[in-house]
Amino acid sequence: MYEFKMPALGAEMTEGTLLEWKVKEGDEVKAHDIIALIDTDKAAIEAESFRGGIVEKLLVKPGEKVPVGTVLAHIRDGEEERAKISPRARKLAEKKDVDLSQIKGTGPEGSIVEADIEKTAPAKTDHRESMKKAIAAAMAKSKREIPHYYLSCSIDCSKALQWLEAYNRERPVSERILFAALQARAVAAALKKHPEFNGYFVNGEFQPKESVHMGFAISLRGGGLIAPALLDADKLSLEETMKNLSDLVARTREGKLRDREMSDPTITITNLGDLGVDAVFGVIYPPQVALLGFGKIGENQAISMTLSADHRVTNGLSGSRFLNTIKQLLEDPEKWL
Amino acid sequence: MKKSREEIRQVVLGVLHRIAPEADLDELDPDALLQEEIELDSMDFLRFVQEIDKELKRDIPESDYTRISTLNGCLDYLSS
Repeated sequence: MYEFKMPALGAEMTEGTLLEWKVKEGDEVKAHDIIALIDTDKAAIEAESFRGGIVEKLLVKPGEKVPVGTVLAHIRDGEEERAKISPRARKLAEKKDVDLSQIKGTGPEGSIVEADIEKTAPAKTDHRESMKKAIAAAMAKSKREIPHYYLSCSIDCSKALQWLEAYNRERPVSERILFAALQARAVAAALKKHPEFNGYFVNGEFQPKESVHMGFAISLRGGGLIAPALLDADKLSLEETMKNLSDLVARTREGKLRDREMSDPTITITNLGDLGVDAVFGVIYPPQVALLGFGKIGENQAISMTLSADHRVTNGLSGSRFLNTIKQLLEDPEKWL
Repeated sequence: MKKSREEIRQVVLGVLHRIAPEADLDELDPDALLQEEIELDSMDFLRFVQEIDKELKRDIPESDYTRISTLNGCLDYLSS
């Protein structure tokens, strides 16, 4: 028996609301199938099952807020069993986004009929307000507890832009690479040499993380900003980085993030160049220990890069070396790509 | 068969609507920069070019991006 529990989607998260089941009792699920929609303060997240099997029991109803770690469902091996439901009721349930597993049927032999669906309405949540509050709390905690220091340098992007232009010229639009992907690759590569910027400060000590899960600040249409992770950014090729980043941005804006993408960022990149900003002096997302801000590419093809880092973990010397490594990589991409 | 300017306009507006569903495209100034007018970032703009390629079979090279930076620019370019 596998217990599907309320995941922790970030260090600050202590409880979450089950918004919707994507499965019903009796459904067969495979490992990594999306089975529930969980509401955090920041966004609705698609949560996946880590094991395959049959959904035996859904223990929590949509709309219920429960602590992290609460068992939400039991999943066991076995044959598929289906709830009795009329085809019209099933169609209506799909249309109205109603979770069938939570409905007690009133039709013949307990089957679910249209009237049962009509009686149930899914809970709707305004994420914008709760997101604002969650970000405000995280940023206040960051400024209160993290002794930030800032280092900035200018990067000559002329060779990188030339390299990208030549790369993109020979490829169809579906395979083109943006400068943001190059930045991500360079930062991921630099973190291998400077692991003290990749991890969490928890319980009074730094915990370095093996993999680089790179948080990207992504603006949401209609307001809001969220920084989900490009998972395993250190293991991706440039092409994979671009593909996964593009997918991450699209899913963030569609509200289809996965739980790990919210809970696991180990460092964050904020790129406000598209908005015409010269330089970014960002606030670190706790419990992370560093954030890199990028401004716009100027007329001289230079870009400003700023490191915000936690002085309890690193200092100006290690910060300068980290920035220099990224600078060297971005100023001469042919050497390492 | 070659599409008319109006047909192309409908395709372009449809793509923009999918990328920026909150934007009021009826109020879009056809000569204003799309990136500023409906806040397209570089990822949105790449998606815009990709969707145009899918729908109109026009693979627009990067060197021509400046020519499609406004709605009218797009229509001129894609009608040519």
